[in-house]
Amino acid sequence: MIQDTYVLSDSQKRERRRITIMFTILSVLIVAVFLVSMNTGSIRLTPIEVLRTLFGEGTSDQDLILFTFRLPRIVLSVLVGAGLGVAGCVLQAITRNALAEPGIIGINAGAGLFVLAFTAFYASPAASPVYLLPLLAWAGAGLSAVIVFGLSYRKHRGFSSTRLLLNGIAITAGISSMTIVITQRIDAEQYQFYARWISGTFSGQDWKFVMAVLPFLAVLIPYVMYKSRTINVLNLGQTMAVGLGARVTREQVGLLAAAIGLAGACVSVSGSIGFVGLIGPHLARRLVGTKHQVLVPASALVGGLLVIGADTISRMWLQDTPTGVIVAIIGAPYFLYLMIRSKM
Amino acid sequence: MGTNSQQGAEVDVRTADAMNQIYARPWTGTAIIVIGLIALALGIAICVNYGYQDIKLITVWEAIFRFDPDSGEHQIIRALRLPRVLGGAIIGAGLSVAGAIMQGMTRNPLADSSLLGLTAGAGFALALVFAFFQGVSFNVLLLIAFLGAGVGAVLVFGLSSMARGGMTPVRLVLAGAAVTALLTAISEGIALYYRIGKDLSFWYAGAIAGIRMSQLEIMFPWVAVALLGAIALSRSITLLSLGEDVARGLGLRSGRVKLAGLAIVLILAGAAVAVAGAIGFVGLLIPHVTRKLVGVDYRWIIPCSAVLGALLVIIADLAARMINPGSEVPVAALIAIIGVPFFLYLARKEERSL
Repeated sequence: MIQDTYVLSDSQKRERRRITIMFTILSVLIVAVFLVSMNTGSIRLTPIEVLRTLFGEGTSDQDLILFTFRLPRIVLSVLVGAGLGVAGCVLQAITRNALAEPGIIGINAGAGLFVLAFTAFYASPAASPVYLLPLLAWAGAGLSAVIVFGLSYRKHRGFSSTRLLLNGIAITAGISSMTIVITQRIDAEQYQFYARWISGTFSGQDWKFVMAVLPFLAVLIPYVMYKSRTINVLNLGQTMAVGLGARVTREQVGLLAAAIGLAGACVSVSGSIGFVGLIGPHLARRLVGTKHQVLVPASALVGGLLVIGADTISRMWLQDTPTGVIVAIIGAPYFLYLMIRSKM
Repeated sequence: MGTNSQQGAEVDVRTADAMNQIYARPWTGTAIIVIGLIALALGIAICVNYGYQDIKLITVWEAIFRFDPDSGEHQIIRALRLPRVLGGAIIGAGLSVAGAIMQGMTRNPLADSSLLGLTAGAGFALALVFAFFQGVSFNVLLLIAFLGAGVGAVLVFGLSSMARGGMTPVRLVLAGAAVTALLTAISEGIALYYRIGKDLSFWYAGAIAGIRMSQLEIMFPWVAVALLGAIALSRSITLLSLGEDVARGLGLRSGRVKLAGLAIVLILAGAAVAVAGAIGFVGLLIPHVTRKLVGVDYRWIIPCSAVLGALLVIIADLAARMINPGSEVPVAALIAIIGVPFFLYLARKEERSL
């Protein structure tokens, strides 16, 4: 493949043009959905009014609606989608398994457990310190991911992908039963708070959450991009990667940590949203091919589009049904479709 | 006609041969059933006896066989303690047998009703009932739980059999996880929208404390018939566990057997979810332990699993009540503490065999 592209510069050019077109289409779509989303809500604003307000010429009411209520939520949905998309892309490349996804390997469950423990500890979650919740969720996500990966590592053979998935399912099952113990001890209001979190929603999120997740994305996505050539090599498999001189284990661990950090940061502000890390990279691969220099940013865009789209649909037609529910309704069938086609 | 019956006789002989070659330990099996039933009776007595209020064993005996409606102690035993322990035993037996049948029929060591989407399906059906048809009778609820378990099972088994290379264990578990994620997400959405989350969380909790005698009376005939059916089917399941081709070659109508097996599994798993919510890992653990003890013949595995499963759940429940008296740990959580490492171990073995 690599050699082909060097020889056939025509096809290389065509490929480049195709990729550019795909990126343009994805970006335009995100902007379009963004504008639609800004218009969606109980108070209707025309697209012109939205644009005027965005450029600082709106009334104070319009400012309040857009900048305080709608914008943070919409920005957050794009960021979370992008982060989960990149995390899924890295996980799929390193485990060389099409079904690897942050949710299925236990990240969401771990975050959920910590959020629940926190809910149970603070009688009223709303009155707690702002950054404590995302931080705890992130720690929970990291902890369960480390356990799952630790159990799936084999000396000299790297991470076994089948075992990774099975271990993820086992740990998720174990965590859900711990979750159940705690849900027995909280009251209905606390449960409602937790239930909203666990089903993944952006309603009521403000700029503080954007600021909580942004640093992770700003550091980790560029890191992954910087390592994209290494990911290409790792994706060839353990033996091949060693042969090509990659320090496999060290690179794997670094990239996995980045993926876990990204996914954990995302679910810590959005609640449990699954399957974005699965669909994002898959669609992206169909659009731009398998080179991670372009696949990583494309996964981010597709993931972002998916989540902002789901969130907009939920606000337009589904009375604010949690975004995670909508994403799961799209994502689980897609997972099953991939499962049917995969060799295992 | 003559040749037909000759062929039939020959197949019968071959089947008998095959059955004889299957490794089984009848003596161990008999011992497990006898000792298990004695232990079960003892366990039930201890469970009924143990609690906040001290009640003498003789009073327990009287409450069961010479019930006096005016006695407070008799009321406690009849209304609270007895349904709980009997319900636990029935559910444990049912879930273990369901797991054993699934493991045998699909030749999948990782089969369990909660792993393969049956529990999530039944939970989903219950969420629908709570949201839209509140106040239906327990009879109807039970039937709906069967149906829901059926939806989950059909999705998981149907989709994984569509795959190239057929239903491998890993694929079944993955399909189970995805179907569970899907159905749980929809249930959560419904729960949030109709504000029934807390009601539903009790169902998911897998606790047997709330079982009522009236529920048991409705549930028991179903489970009893299903368990008898499972024992009647056990010979065919043993043949199926040798592989579909072998079973067919020995003249087994595998389609019918699978259908009957599936119906039994749905009744057992659905009934368990309807009264106690999601109790996982019983159906995974018990059949494996039993197989280690009595060999690979399902004529022994199924009855022994029933006895051991019932024991596991009532012992776990007793432990859950002793650990933290007053505020109880759901029995499902306690079983998961053993179940999760066991699943990890099985997954490791399964992956090695790939």
